[in-house]
Amino acid sequence: MFSFILKRLGVMVLTAICLTFIVFYLVNLDPNLEKIAKTQGNMRMTDEQVESWLESNGYREPLIKRYGEWLINTVQGDMGYSLRMQKPVTGELGQRLGYTGILMFWVMVVMVPMALLIGVLAGMREGTKLDRALSVASITTTSAPEYVTGIIFTVIFASTLGWLKGVSSVNNITIENFTLPVITMAIYGMGYIARMTRASMVEVMSSQYIRTARLKGVSFKNIVVKHALRNALIAPFTVIMLQFPWLLTGVVIVEAMFNYKGFGWLLVNAAANNDIDLLLGCSVVAVFVVLSTQLISDIGYAYLNPRIRVN
Amino acid sequence: MENEYISTFEIFTTSIIRFWPTWSAIAVVLIGGWITRSKLGLFGRLFDSPVGMTGLIIVLFWIFTAIFADIIAVMPSDAASFTPGIKKGGPGIIDAGNNIIMIWGADNLARDIFSRVVWGSQIVLIIAPAATAVAYMVGITLGLPAGYFGGRIDTVLSFLANLILAFPVILLFYLLVTPEIRQPVYYDLGLFSLPWSIPIGLAGFFFLFPIIFLCTLWLTRFDHAPKKLAMYIGATVIIGLWIYAGLVFGADFAPFNLEPNELNVFAAVVLGSSPGVFRIVRGLTLDIGTRDYVAAAQTRGERPWYIMLWEILPNARGPLIVDGCLRIGYTTILLGTLGFFGLGLSPESPDWGSMINHGRPFVRVASSIHLSLIPALALMTLVLGLNLLADGLREESLRD
Repeated sequence: MFSFILKRLGVMVLTAICLTFIVFYLVNLDPNLEKIAKTQGNMRMTDEQVESWLESNGYREPLIKRYGEWLINTVQGDMGYSLRMQKPVTGELGQRLGYTGILMFWVMVVMVPMALLIGVLAGMREGTKLDRALSVASITTTSAPEYVTGIIFTVIFASTLGWLKGVSSVNNITIENFTLPVITMAIYGMGYIARMTRASMVEVMSSQYIRTARLKGVSFKNIVVKHALRNALIAPFTVIMLQFPWLLTGVVIVEAMFNYKGFGWLLVNAAANNDIDLLLGCSVVAVFVVLSTQLISDIGYAYLNPRIRVN
Repeated sequence: MENEYISTFEIFTTSIIRFWPTWSAIAVVLIGGWITRSKLGLFGRLFDSPVGMTGLIIVLFWIFTAIFADIIAVMPSDAASFTPGIKKGGPGIIDAGNNIIMIWGADNLARDIFSRVVWGSQIVLIIAPAATAVAYMVGITLGLPAGYFGGRIDTVLSFLANLILAFPVILLFYLLVTPEIRQPVYYDLGLFSLPWSIPIGLAGFFFLFPIIFLCTLWLTRFDHAPKKLAMYIGATVIIGLWIYAGLVFGADFAPFNLEPNELNVFAAVVLGSSPGVFRIVRGLTLDIGTRDYVAAAQTRGERPWYIMLWEILPNARGPLIVDGCLRIGYTTILLGTLGFFGLGLSPESPDWGSMINHGRPFVRVASSIHLSLIPALALMTLVLGLNLLADGLREESLRD
């Protein structure tokens, strides 16, 4: 188990270095640098002035050297200075991640129990009307990405009925303005997790040991709750963990749509304004989230499933 | 000046009537399919699955709408009306200038939303399946050897695939689709100058795979018939490179050309979805590689690529078809995401993502919700159709 985790950690670090280097390379392409020079200096700089500005600000050092410096600083917690926000990147990122954390927490609270419940209910008696209805419902929710459900919910609950607000705010979270972002994000992932849960529930319910339990005369409720659930939830666990990278895209869409100024909003802003340090900081966070959830899901899966642990 | 509206019932009936070419084509396909269903294999059995059938009808609806777009649409996609008061007009508004009824309303630039959605279906239904097809070629060409040979090839390719999968899609799009990156640099090669940018490089790399894939296919199939082999490969390479030159480098003599924007979007979407295909093909190859008929072929002394392409691949078609349906839907969503952030095609483009993005500022006012709601529903129904179709196909393929 230990060497397994160590190996995974090694691959993870290698992946992270590759990915951040790609981002570093892409944001430091010449046209980007030129734009920075012009926005920082003045718009009517000649090519020579741009060149000397870049030279004097250290942008013309070899890329590898600059990447190395950036990497060392980042590991020490200094991600540079955001030109757009006029703040150090680390502090800004921390604050925005906090806001997104609140959003994510509520998304998880809504999404996971609902999805598991739907999946278990649909999968415990395969082929019944309830199963069909729930399956079609979960397919429908996975067919509507956040920018579609967001629009539909805003139209129904905010524009037409007027119950909720279509604009959110990080400083003043209320039920009216926070419900729509949360359900918009929750519902897209919900169908997916529910389908996985259903599939694994169906598989477990048709296995030998469940038949044995039935023949022993265990009640259906006890079979589902005590025998089937534990095994049926292994597969959805990985899926739930792997939802985080998905949620990352969702966060960006939802925060842009509802103007909730968290991490996703920051990323869009950094990208749109060519804010190199901030964009790099955001990508470090994004890459870290994706990789660490992959790691946790691998380890968790091995932990939950003894058959893999032996191998 | 007050504009006149038609009633809700008339909106409903007109919507149905305007799609008449679509309805008739669907009817023809379904009746034809029903008659020949015993010969259609997996697709024929779809008639037994209500879910799959619903999906098929929805998908066919959008396919035929895209094909007959120039008959169905009443206005060009970027034609604006100059009648006063028609901007953001609700569904059913009558344009007094030319008596065209905008059954699904007008947008903030007084363009007909109905026509734009119809034209948009054309863009979505060309780019999404085409990008998925290219992603499939890439995924199959790389996934088969990774699963079949294992070892170092597998380690390297899987690492690369995981690398791309670990890249947050949205960040990738922001980095790849910015105007700074797609600005081509021209390299003078004496005879002609070659444009170069990262998206062009990516597209150049990805579009090679269909040619490589087909050539390998012919090489393994006809290696005992050199004449036929030469003919097939010659045709593939010539036609392939002809199309390739137009798609990637924008050569004028080629049959198809892509705008720099479209090329960008295409490259980004293929890059985003090929690692997924790679993973599924690799997994299927690992599984099927242990079957008896593969062992038999190995004993016969067949070469590895023959076994991969003509023994393993045909037997993996069931899961691949199902996954393909899902993946076209996923690609549609990706395309919409690009449009939603205004990254994708030109801002004028009637693709659904861009339309949603365009209508987004007006969604909070009850009188102008249709600007973004209608393209959103269009996108949702297409993806829903594809997902239902995939579900039906999966159910039917598991039956035997």
